[in-house]
Amino acid sequence: MTLLTIDWMFLLQKLILIAVIITVSLVIAMYATYAERKIAAIMQDRRGPNRAGPFGILQPLADGLKLFFKEEIIPNSSSKFLFILGPSLAMLTAMMTCAVIPWGNKLEFGETSISLQIADINIGMLYVFAIVSLGVYGIMIGGWSSNNKFSLLAALRGASQVISYELAMGLSLIALLMMTGNLSLRSIVDQQMAVGSLWNIAYQPLGFLIFFICALAECNRAPFDLPEAENELNMGYHQEYSSMKLGFFLFAEYINMFISSAIMATLFFGGYDIPFLDEKTLSPNLAAILGLGAFMTKIFIFIFIFMWIRWTLPRFRYDQLMDLGWKKLIPLALANMLVTGAVILWQMKG
Amino acid sequence: MQALTNRSASVDRKPMTFIERLYLWNVIKGMMITFSHIFKKKATINYPEQTRPFSPVFRGLHVLNRDEEGKERCTACGLCAVACPAEAITMEAAEREPGEEHLYREEKYAAKYEINMLRCIFCGLCEEACPKDAIYLSETFAPSNYTRKGFIYGKEELLIPNPKSEASKLAEARGNTSN
Repeated sequence: MTLLTIDWMFLLQKLILIAVIITVSLVIAMYATYAERKIAAIMQDRRGPNRAGPFGILQPLADGLKLFFKEEIIPNSSSKFLFILGPSLAMLTAMMTCAVIPWGNKLEFGETSISLQIADINIGMLYVFAIVSLGVYGIMIGGWSSNNKFSLLAALRGASQVISYELAMGLSLIALLMMTGNLSLRSIVDQQMAVGSLWNIAYQPLGFLIFFICALAECNRAPFDLPEAENELNMGYHQEYSSMKLGFFLFAEYINMFISSAIMATLFFGGYDIPFLDEKTLSPNLAAILGLGAFMTKIFIFIFIFMWIRWTLPRFRYDQLMDLGWKKLIPLALANMLVTGAVILWQMKG
Repeated sequence: MQALTNRSASVDRKPMTFIERLYLWNVIKGMMITFSHIFKKKATINYPEQTRPFSPVFRGLHVLNRDEEGKERCTACGLCAVACPAEAITMEAAEREPGEEHLYREEKYAAKYEINMLRCIFCGLCEEACPKDAIYLSETFAPSNYTRKGFIYGKEELLIPNPKSEASKLAEARGNTSN
């Protein structure tokens, strides 16, 4: 069905896909808050939320409802437009990244085949980087427009942290991209899925380690949660926020966590590849659904590791954070890049 | 300086080894510790459904006792109020009229007996001062309340159920409090 040279079915199909993916990531982020509280409780020999519904599974709904009913406070001395823009931007950038992630293989309905990816752009990885660096604007604008010393300090910390760790993150990925020779996330997954090829973690363990540490820092997760630092900066950049605007900031963190887990699974752990199974032997639809399941499992494992780390490690001091980022991770990433380049050259020669 | 106990350990100031400086190994060790806690017994209980038992000498809310025939033991002598270091107890005495012998054990009784649970420090001196075995500290504690007034307990709250006429209620109360 084409009208005005626009394929309307294609548009509809993509719109439905966008709606589904956004809903799913919101629900997962919601239940990530529940999982966080439950994991924290279990690791501290407590019970965690268990009152709202069986095992407390309605707790996220109760929390969300509470946030909606809270009084909406915009400080008089704040810059109102920016004050509202801050959390919106944080949420927006968190959601935008999921556009390029390949969630699974193609589903086939008779003639039409639907790709479980919103946009397979050939600069997928660059796009992710661009959006991730936009993410700091949410923190920065939110903290600055609050007109509060603590918020501003936290925002500054956040900005410098994200900028420092983005470097090491990019460098660690360059080594990976030299191997794959491709920025498109789907083709990176396809390369890992090919029979006889291993996941990228086997070739780039150091690159993954650096990427993982940087992902922790980019998500402002413990042990790098300096912008929030409850006990030093009261609440950090979202101190003046209340009601759902605060909820947006908190929520954006969990969505970021979900998305960065997805990216790590895609880049280093074969995306929707099921280990020890040749997907081509299955029917395409079954393979796509199983692949989606495998991908989600990998994501959940990463989210668990994120939380596990948060409830184990104490926060880094600011100078230690900068020291680790600039003096350890960047040289390591550079060395990793050099070694990878040398090996590739040596293989090309031989 | 002489150590007060033999438990003090000297601080290890050795420079860190290479493995320690890598930090990663110690991170993994720490994560293993938190992981092992997943399988440990929970230290907390589901409170309102489960309660921890109090020790038999726990000093909780007061009760005013009755004798076997259900007569109030208190004679409003005021020794508990005098003994109370927090001055939480007030009472008014009254004389037993003819025909009230089944209600009160002796000629004098407490017409009003109030304990302010916000003032009470649950020391148990009232229990020790009482010459008539009339006041005891039970094994429950004061439940929350919305007003300060709600914490002033009168005779209705304090008196135990009559063992003659309300035997089942008393048994129920004993099951929870065992005074």
